[in-house]
Amino acid sequence: MTQAPPTATYFKSLADGKFMIQRSPSTGEWVFYPRMIAPRTGAVDLEWAEPSGLGTVYATTVKRMKPPAENVNVAIVELDEGPRLMTHVQSMPAEDVFIGLRVRARIVDGPDDGKIVVFEPDSAE
Amino acid sequence: MTRGSQLRGKTAFVGAATFGCGEAPGYTSIEIAAEAARLAIADAGLKTSDMDGLFICMPNDFLAGLTIAEYLGIRPRMTNSSRTGGSAFLTHAEWAMLALDAGLIDYALICYGSNQRTGAGKLVAAQVPSPFEAPYRPNNPVASYALAASRHMYEYGTTSEQLASVAVAARQWANLNPDAFRQGPLSIEDVLATRMVSDPLHAADCCLITDGGAAVVMTRADRAKDLRQTPVALLGAASATWHIEIAQLADLTVSAAQESGRRAFAQAGVSPAEIDVVNLYDAFTINTIMFLEDLGFCAKGEGGPFVASGAIAPGGSLPVNTNGGGLSFCHPGMYGLFTMIESIRQLRGEAGDRQIAGAKLALAHGNGGTLSSQATCILGVPDTV
Repeated sequence: MTQAPPTATYFKSLADGKFMIQRSPSTGEWVFYPRMIAPRTGAVDLEWAEPSGLGTVYATTVKRMKPPAENVNVAIVELDEGPRLMTHVQSMPAEDVFIGLRVRARIVDGPDDGKIVVFEPDSAE
Repeated sequence: MTRGSQLRGKTAFVGAATFGCGEAPGYTSIEIAAEAARLAIADAGLKTSDMDGLFICMPNDFLAGLTIAEYLGIRPRMTNSSRTGGSAFLTHAEWAMLALDAGLIDYALICYGSNQRTGAGKLVAAQVPSPFEAPYRPNNPVASYALAASRHMYEYGTTSEQLASVAVAARQWANLNPDAFRQGPLSIEDVLATRMVSDPLHAADCCLITDGGAAVVMTRADRAKDLRQTPVALLGAASATWHIEIAQLADLTVSAAQESGRRAFAQAGVSPAEIDVVNLYDAFTINTIMFLEDLGFCAKGEGGPFVASGAIAPGGSLPVNTNGGGLSFCHPGMYGLFTMIESIRQLRGEAGDRQIAGAKLALAHGNGGTLSSQATCILGVPDTV
């Protein structure tokens, strides 16, 4: 079955306050970013599901800004479900974010019209 | 015998030139490319009208193959404006090799020009921003390479000093190249004292933004031997693509250069230990470390200590980027063709003060996107065929 428009569906979910990504029941694999077909496997049974929101920082950098603008963290977070995404780790100094840090997803206003997923340290751990 | 090895040495580079490296004020990008093309064709002792295969990738002209055909006033049998970022020109050599060997064309012109320094004043990007990256406003391309560097440091203990030593080696080579845009002393401390752009990469870990154009001419080996220059044989050419967004690369410390290199070496029938000079796309200092590992010049994770040992600098065991590279020679946006130009100059013995004595085999390696497209060419002097 042809997917509903994956990019639009993703951002619509965020607008509705839900972080939803795709998952293929036949392969058990979670997929990000959203696609018409699953990468590698070609699975077409992608359905939307809510990941735990928990993940680990896989790589991190600091976008150095000219003062008075504040430096911005740019990271790649690996979700506990497997996929990775580019994001910001917030609620802590950009320079202090480290690889291996456990983080939790949060939905915030993006720089344009839509909402985006960012992460903050997972205080439960 | 594999198809690859059947192509070994069947084609050769017979002309090479650059134009406007550094600053070429007032020139448009196509004017820079056309002048480089004219010089490369003259270098080969050929006429513009001999070129029946055109291969080109320009900063933001997606139909550049049509533009350059019209500009030169020729009607090529094959026109290729294929884009893979800065590696495009090495993939062009791969396609030209196939088309020449098949007899579809007789002379391939591969060319490039960019006025990004004096024209745009900044890197001209041709990549469409991903809706899943763009909202995070990464300062690409440096952010993507910085993320890879962060992971390399985490997994292998690579240090900022080791990264800096890549820039220092490039500068030492540039100081031997009168055409290099950036010259003068540069120490590891100097590199580390430059502005942090995107941790862990400082300004001096990043390539230059310059103007510049380059062109090469290829033909079949039988025609090559009757031309003006000693031909430089193409012994192997291979490319690989794994991703475009950095977050989609499975292991941020391993690029597709591992695959393109392995196939190019197999095609050429040589090993990394036999290579006399390496010219690779050093958009950022982490590139040199990763590509030397991925291409098999040192083990994965040992790139940092390897470059810090002085191995890649003048007098070292493995000359790398003898023109000064994108870090100190020139970087007009898509640098790949310059890795081939410098390899050709070294194998023709025309590299002046930076000449590697007796160089017989050179490896040119291009990178495109954010560590995305990787393309490797292995070149040799006539008696390596």
